[in-house]
Amino acid sequence: MPDSPAIAHDELETGHPAHPSYQRHHFATMDQQADATSFAMWLFLLTEIMFFGGMFTAYLIYRNWYYPAFVAGSHQLSIFWGTLNTGVLISSSFTMAMGVWYAETRRKQGLVLCLIATFVLGLGFLGIKSIEYAEKIEKHHVPGLHYSVKSFVDPASDKAASEYGDKPLALDMARHTELYFFLYFAMTGMHALHMIIGICILGYMIFRARAGDYTDGHISFVENFGLYWHFVDIIWIFLFPLLYLISRHA
Amino acid sequence: MSEHLDHEHEGGPKNDYEEHHIVSPAVYATIFAALLVATGLTVGASYIEMGVFNPIVAIGIAVIKATLVVLFFMHVKYSSKLTKLTVGAGLFTFLALIGMTLSDYISRAWGRW
Repeated sequence: MPDSPAIAHDELETGHPAHPSYQRHHFATMDQQADATSFAMWLFLLTEIMFFGGMFTAYLIYRNWYYPAFVAGSHQLSIFWGTLNTGVLISSSFTMAMGVWYAETRRKQGLVLCLIATFVLGLGFLGIKSIEYAEKIEKHHVPGLHYSVKSFVDPASDKAASEYGDKPLALDMARHTELYFFLYFAMTGMHALHMIIGICILGYMIFRARAGDYTDGHISFVENFGLYWHFVDIIWIFLFPLLYLISRHA
Repeated sequence: MSEHLDHEHEGGPKNDYEEHHIVSPAVYATIFAALLVATGLTVGASYIEMGVFNPIVAIGIAVIKATLVVLFFMHVKYSSKLTKLTVGAGLFTFLALIGMTLSDYISRAWGRW
């Protein structure tokens, strides 16, 4: 039997109980459909935890092996930008949570505004991240052929390193700072990619919400996207202290 | 799940989905404020010299923040037992994998540090 999204089925026409147009035929109730969808979303998020978990584990192990290099590398990050970005991301999580509430209470205007706010804050996060990346590029702190250990073998030449009073590292240890920045770009880059995907989906959702979707009682999409967005927030909640904060006094 | 079943008996088979728990904006605002305060605390704590406790405090605060996000923003506190079990199983698997990997790395060169 074809699954028509346009009209709710009438009991007489189809020979089964009437149901909302958005309920799929293989689910007995709307509750069952919502539970199954949310379960699937959580399973996807668990695979994401394992994916990021591998990088977190690599970071922990290498930080213990090449401790002085990781401390010196970490001193190159700006706590100001990191803190500001944490605030921006937490705010976007809040506007997303409010968006889910507006969808639940069927208020279109509020939902659209919340989605736009989340969209803008997400872009703001990426903007700040690109300021930080630009500085790394300028200083040749991007791993690869043009990587420079100058800030670490000669900290007096580097503003950030001299502010921390870093001691010069021996060349072999200084080279391991490249590993710190490799992990820095891998982790923040994968996080940023998740943000970019999220922002694209948000753009699509803004269009559909303006057309009246999600405020008709069928909120699974908004709700499950919210789970994704909060998950991305959680990853940053751990990245921020590990990359920016814990090496300040080391 | 049990609350949904109760509603079915009372209100008949209208749209059950509307009856799922709606977290109020006041709760969201409280959690938002708590997350901002915790961010301030973790940055402040990083400026205090605490030796080995610097990373422990930083990760401790991060765990608290993540828990607040999972419980309230992600509605796990109000979700079905299936969701709670899924989250718990994921956390357990993650910790087991990290724990086994780290214990391997720690013990390989035991006594030769």
